[in-house]
Order: sequence, then C-alpha cells, then structure tokens
Amino acid sequence: MATYLARRVVQAALILLGVSIITFALLYLLPADPVRQIAGRSATPATVDNIRRQLGLDQPFFVQYWRYLTNLLQGDLGRSYLQRSQVSELIASRLPATLILMAAGIACELALGLTMGLIAAVRRGTALDQSLMLASFVGVSAPQFVVGLMLLYVFGVQLGWLPISGYGTPAHVVLPALTLGILGAGWYSRMMRSSMIDVLRQDYIRTAHAKGLTRTIVLVRHALPNAILPIVAMIGIDIGIFMGGVVVVESVFGWPGIGQLTWQAIQRVDIPIIMGVTLVSAFAIVLGNLIADLAAPFIDPRIRLR
Amino acid sequence: MIVAREAGSPNMSKELQAPILSVSGLTVTAGSGAATRELVSDLSFDLMPGETLAIAGESGSGKSMTSLAIMGLLPKPGVRRGAGSIRLAGGSAQPVDIAALPEADLRRIRGDRIAMIFQEPMTSLNPVLSIGRQLMEVSQAHARVSSREARRLALDALDLVRIPDARRRLDQHPHELSGGQRQRVMIAMALLLRPDVLIADEPTTALDVTVQAQVLGLLRDLQTELGTAILLITHDMGVVAEMAERVLVMRDGRKVEAAATAELFTAATSDYARALLAAVPRIGSGANRIGTRGIEAATPAVEVKNLVVRFPLTGGLLGRPVANVHAVDGVSFTIAPGETLSLVGESGCGKSTTAKALAGLTPYMGDILVGGRDIGGLARAQAQAMRREVQMVFQDPYASLDPRMTIGEAIREPLDIHRIGSRSERSDRVEDLAKRVGLPPDSLKRYPHQFSGGQRQRISIARALALKPRVILCDESVSALDVSIQARVLDLLKELQAESGVAYLFISHDMAVVENISNRVAVMYAGRIVETGSRDQVFSAPAHPYTRRLIDAVPVPDPARRRASFPRLDGDVPSATRPIGYKAPAVRWRQVADGHWVAGPASPTG
Repeated sequence: MATYLARRVVQAALILLGVSIITFALLYLLPADPVRQIAGRSATPATVDNIRRQLGLDQPFFVQYWRYLTNLLQGDLGRSYLQRSQVSELIASRLPATLILMAAGIACELALGLTMGLIAAVRRGTALDQSLMLASFVGVSAPQFVVGLMLLYVFGVQLGWLPISGYGTPAHVVLPALTLGILGAGWYSRMMRSSMIDVLRQDYIRTAHAKGLTRTIVLVRHALPNAILPIVAMIGIDIGIFMGGVVVVESVFGWPGIGQLTWQAIQRVDIPIIMGVTLVSAFAIVLGNLIADLAAPFIDPRIRLR
Repeated sequence: MIVAREAGSPNMSKELQAPILSVSGLTVTAGSGAATRELVSDLSFDLMPGETLAIAGESGSGKSMTSLAIMGLLPKPGVRRGAGSIRLAGGSAQPVDIAALPEADLRRIRGDRIAMIFQEPMTSLNPVLSIGRQLMEVSQAHARVSSREARRLALDALDLVRIPDARRRLDQHPHELSGGQRQRVMIAMALLLRPDVLIADEPTTALDVTVQAQVLGLLRDLQTELGTAILLITHDMGVVAEMAERVLVMRDGRKVEAAATAELFTAATSDYARALLAAVPRIGSGANRIGTRGIEAATPAVEVKNLVVRFPLTGGLLGRPVANVHAVDGVSFTIAPGETLSLVGESGCGKSTTAKALAGLTPYMGDILVGGRDIGGLARAQAQAMRREVQMVFQDPYASLDPRMTIGEAIREPLDIHRIGSRSERSDRVEDLAKRVGLPPDSLKRYPHQFSGGQRQRISIARALALKPRVILCDESVSALDVSIQARVLDLLKELQAESGVAYLFISHDMAVVENISNRVAVMYAGRIVETGSRDQVFSAPAHPYTRRLIDAVPVPDPARRRASFPRLDGDVPSATRPIGYKAPAVRWRQVADGHWVAGPASPTG
C-alpha cells in the first residue's frame, strides 16, 4: 500500500510536470501578445519593450520556462499581469466557491444519472426505459450554456423560484449545479443502464433469486455494488470534463469561482493565471483519479492495489 | 423437519410414500404469437422423498428449463410456463401447486423448501459480498433471525459441507476460494434451511474430475444425512450411473424414457437412450480404439525441449518483477507425424499454456522445433511462415468464429493471409475443405449463428486444416459438445489424420475422450509432466499416484460399478510461484516399460 501510494505520487508529479510544459509552450506560441494587453493601444514601442523586459518575456522559451518551474517548485505561482496580486491568492480566494459548485454538481449528476440508469435497466424495453434514455440523450447533446439559460429563464425569471445569479445561500447553488449535472447525468444514466443490464444477467443474480431473496434486496445488495464499479472509476476522470463546464456555468450564473477567473484571464492573456488554474485543475484531476482508485478495493474485494 | 432415512432398503419404503414433488403436464414456451416454441412439452414425473432422480439429456433437451420452471426462475422476458402443475408436498404443510402461486409466495418457497445449485461455481457467487454475508442472508430472507443466529447457521452449513477452517471462510470473498470450495459453499447455501428438494443443475460439470468426485461424494453423504430429495440435471451418463436411483431421459423438451438407473443402462427401451449411452466415451471400452504402435519418423512433427513459461509478479516502487509464476516448468515431449499426443491434467496444470507457447502466443524459454526447425529466434517473416505449420482448434465453438464473417470467409482467411494459390484455387480449396469436414454444400455463404455447436467445431477444424499444418493443437476442442456430437467430431479428427498425416496435440481434462483419441499420453501436474507413455500403458498401468487418482476419479457410466465411497480431502496443488532465478530441479525419470516414463519422487503423492 505504501509503495503503491509512493508510486502514484511520483506519477502525479510527472503528470503535472508534463502539463506545465505543454501549457507553457502553448501559451508561448499563442499569437496574442500579453504585453500589448497590459500596455494598452496607445503605448509607445519603448514602453512595450520596457514592460516586456520587466516581465522577462524577451527571454528565450526555455529560460522563461525554467524560471517559472523553479518558482513553482518553491510554491510560487507568480503574479497576475493585470491584477498585480499573487496568483495563488487569487485562486485561493475563488476556490471555495468552485468547490461548492463542483460538489453540488457531482452530487446532482450522480443522483440523477444513477437513478435514471437503474430504473431504465430494471424496466428495460418498456416505454419508461425509452423515455428515460431519450431524456438522457437530450441531456448529453444540449450545450451547457443553452441548458443554463433555459433553467434560468424557467425557474429564475418565469417562476421566480430561485435566484438567477450570485452566490451565498443554498438556493443560489441549485440552478448552476443542475446545469452542470444534467450533462453528466446523461452520461451516467447510459453507463449505469448498460452496466446494470450486464450485471442482472450474471449467474450470481440468479443465485440470489434462487435463495428466495426479495427483488429489492437482490437489486440493492447484489446488483448495485457490482454495477457501480466501472462508474466509480469514471468519476475520477469526470472531474476534468467538469472543469470545462465550470467555466461556462460560472459565467452564465455569475458565480464568483475559478471558472470566471479563468474566463477573464483568457480574454486578457493573463498567462500566470491561466497557468495557475491549469495546474490546479490538473492537480484536481490527478487527485480525483487517485481517490477513485483508492476507493475501488472497498467496493470490490478482488481489487488489490500494488 | 429433518427426515431421517431408514437404513436397510430405502426403495421399499419409498414406494409407499407420496412424492415430495410431482410435476404433471408441464409445458414451457418461448416467444409469442406465431413464433412460439415449446421448450418443454407435457412433461410429468414424480420425485420421492430422499431419492435422487436424474434428468439426463443433451443440450436443448429442456432439462435446465424444467428445473428453472420448478424454481419459478425462467429467464425473463420471453420464456413462460404454460400448462401443467408442479405440486410440492412434504412436512406437515398442505401440498401446493407452485405453478399457480403468486411471485411473493413462490419467493418464500425458494431457498427454503426447494433450493438449487448451478453449474458454474466461479460465477454463481457474488464477487463483492463475503461468503458469510451470502450464507447469512438465506436464513434472514425466510425468517426473523438475529444476525448472530444467522451467522451460527452459516457456520453450521459450512461445517456440513466439510469446508476446512469454516470460521475463517465466513469473512473471505469468493475469489479467495477454489472452484471446488465455491461449489461446496453453494451446496451449503442451498442446504442451509434443510430444503425438501435440492435441484442440482450440472453441479460438477465445470469442476476437475478429482474435485467432481469429492463433490458428488459430498452430495451423496448429505442426502443420507438429511434425507433431501435431489433432482439431478446432467448430460453426463457417468454422473447418472454414480448418483441416481431413477433416470428420466429428455430430448427436444419431451420425456423419451424413464426407468430405474440399472434398468436403463442394461436394457434401455428407446432408441435414443440406447444411442446416447452408446456414444458415451468410456475408459477401457475397447470400442473406437486406435492402434498405439509407436510411430517412428526421421523428423518429429513437433519437438519440445525443456519448455518454461513464466509470468512475472511485479511489486515495489518501480514495478520490477519480484517473483515468477512458473505455469510451465521444464516440459519436454515429441510428436511424430500422424501421431496424437494428449496432455491431460486439471485446471491450472499448464497444459493450455504449453499449447499457447507452441502457437507462438506467449513468450517462452527452451526450444520448440516444428518439422525440425526452431521457431524461436526466427525473423518476423520466417516466424509468420512457421505459423502455418501450427494451427489451433479451441474449446468454445461459439466464441471462436467471427459472427460477421461467413463460413467461406472464415475458412478462406488463413489462405488469404498467407497468400496461397490464386483466387480460384483458394475457392476450390475452401469448398474441398468444407466437404471433407462434412459441412452441407450450401454452408459457405452462411454465418456462424446458423450452425450448431458441432458444426461450428467442424468449421474450426476446416479453418485449421486450410494451411496443411504439420500439427493441430486441439485445446479442449470437444469438451463443449454433447456426447453424440463429440463422438462424431472425434471420428472426423481421426479420419483427417489418417488422410493427411497431421499430428495432434490434444489437450483435455476428459480422461475418457483422451483414451479414445490418443496414441500417447502425457500427464501434467503443477507445470510438469509426471508420467508419459503409450495410451495403454498410462491407462492400464498408471504408475504415478497422481495419474491413478485422476483415472479413479472419473465417474464410470455403469451403475453396477458405482463406488461405495469417494476419495476424500484434496491436497492442494503446490504453489507455482518461484523466486527470481529459480531453476527447476532436474526430474528423475524412471522407465517402467518401453517408452513408459514416470517422474521420480520430487512430485506429489496421492
């Protein structure tokens, strides 16, 4: 177990290193010039050169990257070009809001997706199954900003049940979380359905019926833990997809999280913030996967971590 | 609740009793409307308390559907119980017609008064729940019992089926148990509430012969102890002879014949039952035997020298190998052209891995010579050409053909890959091959699902023959087939060998089949060959204790030779995990007769 963890930590460090190189290179190759953004349109070429030199952007790529990496290893994510504050502080101040949103979103997609998939599998071939799968198809295909705006219009504007924007009370989180969750719910319901159908065909389910167990016990105790196994592994990977959704949803609902920070930074080519957010997301994905892998043996005793 | 069975003559007293289970006019149908088919038609039989009634038949005979219909577990949707009644008597309760019960009442009967065990012990237990949990829920589903009481009942049940170290097993999960132990757990689960009727659907078919013997012995002992009536569903006439008092032979969903076991084996009245019994391969039957003259040839078709196949176990921070599992540990043999060598042994002994190494499907150490040329260390193109010389026929005829390829394409594919002949020559060869393996002429344009298991195995044989190989590896090639079809496929293999002089490496766990087809036999145990010799030498005068145990364990399809007791307790197969750099100690061979060799004492004792 200790060796397993040690190996995973080494792997994680290598992944983060790779992410940092690739992102840094992509941003370096970007045609947009951060110095122009900072200096403004009316700046003289001398001012522009000056700012460029100050930020060290006149140096060759590897020098720039090396400086970023050495700072990073000391825990320094750098300063924002435009906001003049530490990137780590900016991210830290936004992180709680995003974590709340993500937790609520994941809870939403799992609750919706797993329930829909379970019901569809048990009622396979019926009209209920077909309508659930149609709904999941719509959920998977609809763009998130459209879903968000529709929910906003119906529940926020027309019905007036929920606040349309902002942050602070539990009511505020409902619509953004739902918007985030609907896409994933579509995926999970399909995965859950096929996984469950597969499990229900297994010999041990027949054995469970032959023992005289009730249908509910067979479903909940015998089928569900087996069906959910492949899905647990997915949740870890899913965090990455989620980060993309967070950017959109936070913009639509004015949620003061990392997504909005990222959106603004991209518009202004604020490279340190983009780098910082990318690394934090990558870290979250690596961590999510690790947690999912560590959880697997608790569900399936056959899995040994080595 | 527990009916003590009287000693003396149980048959006499049974005739006075009422049947515990009485099935009459049972019909099971599948599909709907015009496509409705009857899987079981108008079947009637009685099961007496404490007796064993076998339902025997080949695949598609409706025997399993009958057992599932009694349990109310017919596969949904599509398969339904039609007419007929299933009356369950017993104890003080009024007889009930199970067929007329609503699901909720039927559930109470399942697992309590009628229990069932299945064929596949490896998949019949839930992998994520502990053994204890799965046993405890049986009593908890049928009565209000505290978890402490349920645990005690679970422990009693494990003791009943003689699982060593039962208390520890409760907290283990199915994957920590061997196949035989899992089947014991299944039996413990089924008998936990002391049901009146136990339905055993092919209970030992998936087990090794020595384990099969133990499980059959256990079932017989428990029946004497508890007085449970057993409905035994099987295709194996050896098991029938060993276990049943009466037999019901089914075919295409109908009863063909019902008789006392001894009567059926000596004087079957129906043609079908007689044909079925005649097709059963028997050890030492004399029929269908082929000569075992030593075949001498300048170059053996295959020569294997000191073959080792090992799989690394990795560990540590960098995932370096820390030990090796020696699946095959120093195996040597030769096969002459036109000769059949059988590798026999139980699951995990390394026989299939040996075949894989020969087919180039797994890395190995040692030398493998095909037609005198070493297949290891060849360049890619040469290795590709050598592949033509070694072909395989696998066990599962359903999984080994691509469902989207026509039969013609499947047989033709090897010719295309190796670019043999012109287009029209290939087509001629495909037609010729199909004819030789006895496929109907119109089959080339059809798809695998339109063929039966036996026909599919013929297709696989045609595909293997297409390249005129020196040797065909038959890995359990007839094990999944019904006996009558099995006999015909074995005959076909022999004919083709006589015609083409191809050598077979025949791998099987079925001793009777091996005896039928082999010239020579090599017995494998824990990755090594422990005995080798001509077929007659190995079967008539087995010299190694393991070989003797293997042959003794096979149920004999003759009720007159029923064993009074079965060998008990299994010694576990030694672990094949070895430290890095392990070298197998040289085997000390002892020659007991000309060409009959036995490994020395560094081997298991039986």
